[in-house]
Amino acid sequence: MTAYLAKRLAIGLATLFVASLVVFFVLEILPGDPARIMLGMNASPEALTALRTEMGLDRPLALRYLDWLTGMATGDFGRSYTYSSPVIELVAERVAVSLPLAVMALSLSTAIAIPVGIFAAARRGRLSDTLAMGAAQVGVAIPNFWFAMLLVYVFAVGFRLLPAGGFPGWGEGWGGLWQGFKALLLPAVSLALPQAAILARVTRSAMLEVLGEDYIRTARAKGLPRRAVLWRHALRNALIPVLTILGLQFAFLLAGTIIIENVFYLPGLGRLIFQAISQRDLIVVEGVVMLLVASIILVNLLVDVCYAVADPRLRTGR
Amino acid sequence: MSLLEIENLSLTIGEAPILKDIDLSIAAGEVMGLVGESGSGKSMTALTVMKLLPHAARARGRVVFDGIDILAAPEAAMCRLRGDDIGMVFQEPMTALNPVKTIGEQVAEGIRWHTGANRPDAEARARAMLERVGLPEKQFPLTRYPHELSGGQRQRVVIAIACALKPKLLIADEPTTALDVVLQAQILDLLRDLVDENRMSLLLISHDLAVVAEMADRTTIMRHGQVMEAGETARTLTEKVHPYTRRLAEASTHVPARARPADSGAGEALLNVEGVTRDYPIRRASLFSRQQTFRAVDDVSFSLARGQSMALVGRSGCGKSTLARMILALDRPTGGSIRFEGEALEDKTEGELRSARRHMQVVFQDPYGSFNPRHRVERLVAEPLHLLDEKPDRARRRELVAEALDEVGLSAADMEKYPHEFSGGQRQRISIARAVITRPKLIVADEPVSALDVSIRAQILDLFADLNRRLRVAYLFITHDLTVARAITDRVMVMHEGKIVEEGDTHAVFDRPETEAAKALVAAAPDLDRALRMRSARVSGP
Repeated sequence: MTAYLAKRLAIGLATLFVASLVVFFVLEILPGDPARIMLGMNASPEALTALRTEMGLDRPLALRYLDWLTGMATGDFGRSYTYSSPVIELVAERVAVSLPLAVMALSLSTAIAIPVGIFAAARRGRLSDTLAMGAAQVGVAIPNFWFAMLLVYVFAVGFRLLPAGGFPGWGEGWGGLWQGFKALLLPAVSLALPQAAILARVTRSAMLEVLGEDYIRTARAKGLPRRAVLWRHALRNALIPVLTILGLQFAFLLAGTIIIENVFYLPGLGRLIFQAISQRDLIVVEGVVMLLVASIILVNLLVDVCYAVADPRLRTGR
Repeated sequence: MSLLEIENLSLTIGEAPILKDIDLSIAAGEVMGLVGESGSGKSMTALTVMKLLPHAARARGRVVFDGIDILAAPEAAMCRLRGDDIGMVFQEPMTALNPVKTIGEQVAEGIRWHTGANRPDAEARARAMLERVGLPEKQFPLTRYPHELSGGQRQRVVIAIACALKPKLLIADEPTTALDVVLQAQILDLLRDLVDENRMSLLLISHDLAVVAEMADRTTIMRHGQVMEAGETARTLTEKVHPYTRRLAEASTHVPARARPADSGAGEALLNVEGVTRDYPIRRASLFSRQQTFRAVDDVSFSLARGQSMALVGRSGCGKSTLARMILALDRPTGGSIRFEGEALEDKTEGELRSARRHMQVVFQDPYGSFNPRHRVERLVAEPLHLLDEKPDRARRRELVAEALDEVGLSAADMEKYPHEFSGGQRQRISIARAVITRPKLIVADEPVSALDVSIRAQILDLFADLNRRLRVAYLFITHDLTVARAITDRVMVMHEGKIVEEGDTHAVFDRPETEAAKALVAAAPDLDRALRMRSARVSGP
């Protein structure tokens, strides 16, 4: 188990290093001069040169990469050109929205999808299975911004239960926490729906495959009823593909939620990165992308640990 | 009063009739052998007793176990019976255990479920049961996972699960078919002992008459979902009243008519293997330990003459297949040399090997897995033709395929079909057609008949014998089935832990084995005549 983890960790660190190279150099060779964008099209050449010196843009590429890398290692992600504040602060503000949103959406989709998937697999071919999978089909097909607007219309405009958009911050005490939670609830539901639909289908097919295995018959021959066989023997074996999808979904939920953030006027990571790209605020883009890469590697590491917990055959550090 | 009574049992799956009016009864403490070829309905009969049939299956008739009407019993009542009063052992030990649960959990689970015992008590009983089936605590603690055990050990765990609560009836569905003969004998002994100790009844399902003759008090013979004959084992299998019983018995001891090649090609060796060794690296225990190796094949030397038929027998894992792969130049030896028609193979490049490959072909065990299902027979059989120096044109290619198909008893029209349109035996004929199309001088056959039913097996053995005579092709038959080796080969090599420990005339070696390894194989091999002699001696004895 230790060897397995050490190996995964080493792979993760190597990935992070390669990603940093790619992120830095790809963004450097993209056209567009940050100094010119900051000063506008009519800036004088002298002012441009002065700003570029100030920002360190005239120094050699390799040196700037090293500075950037060592800076990140010490928590210094540089200063944003457009917001004129440290990148780390900008990111921290946005993560306070995006991370809880992702966790809420993922918990919700898991809580819906896994029971539905198991239920559908257990009643394969019956009406309830057909209905559940039909609903999942619809869930995949519905665009989530449309569903989000529907939710807003019903719960914010109609029943006036929840805010239609915006984020008040996490505030003070339980009350503040509750306000923040309420603001994220509709976005989380609209993000969770398509995720749950995909996850339910994956769970169902993984369960069906496992239910056809010989050891399921052995468990039945032991006298276990269907339900016990399902939960004790089939589920853990079906978890590997489910975990894989969960890891991928979490990665998407962290930064790929820009449409939903826009629908609900949420100050999330997605919007930050979008704005930074459109304004050539490269230092922000680099910092956010690196943080995302790091968190995805971390999630993958977690998924790998879960694999090993679920399946003893994977613990030998192949 | 019988423990299990099956009357007029009929079963359909969808529209297809699977069982027709089956009658079968097992008395308490009795061993009933259920014999038949694949598709005869043996397993379905057993699954009906357990009521673990596929969804679409519909059963009619009467199945009474210990006073309980099984077909009418609700699921909850069946759950109480399964694993408690009726235990079941399956054919494939490699997949019968849950890979994510320890063997202790899996044995204790049924005990806890049925007796309501707490965890420590159930584990203590599981421990005792594993001990009983030959898995002592020291080497096999409860915390072992199935993937850490071999096939034979896993089958012991399955037996421990089935027998943990001393069921009244044990159903064993081909429990030893996936194991080598020595393991088979051990597992059968274990089953026999457990049945005697606990006065269990045993329903032993097998395709092997010899196994049933050794084990069963009474035998039921099935075919196409019907019972052909049933009765006391020795009498049924000796008198062979029913023509199908006679056919089965004859097929399972069938020896093809072979012209004894009076060592016609002696001196002219086709294949020379000298001091061949193959090492595999073992995974290191830690980063700093020295690289260890496992010697799969250890200093093997032999030669094979033109047209000669040689058997290579041994237990699973003894290195037979590794040796075969090196002879076929699919793997390179670590040391030693292999010469085919006088030319060394081991240091040739892939291009230089082509002419040698043309002259040696291979037939595998599984006639289902060895074809691409999306190719027509024409393309499948023509595959080795690319080894010829002159590529035949399309017309010539079809001619050659037609000839090869004719050679193996299929018709030229079959080349338009796909593999799924053929039965197992016919597919094995296609494999053989593919092997003979380049007119090879050597065919390596790796367990070519062990996946086939006995009657089909007899036909395929005849085919091998016939090709040997007509085409003068030499065989290296890899098998763990001594009956097959005896039927089709002149010489035999016994392999044990990577070494050839005994070599000689097939009959001489099997009749008077000298080494421990050969003796163990011969003693363990099921033999119908021997089993029947012993059985009648017991019956007529004091």
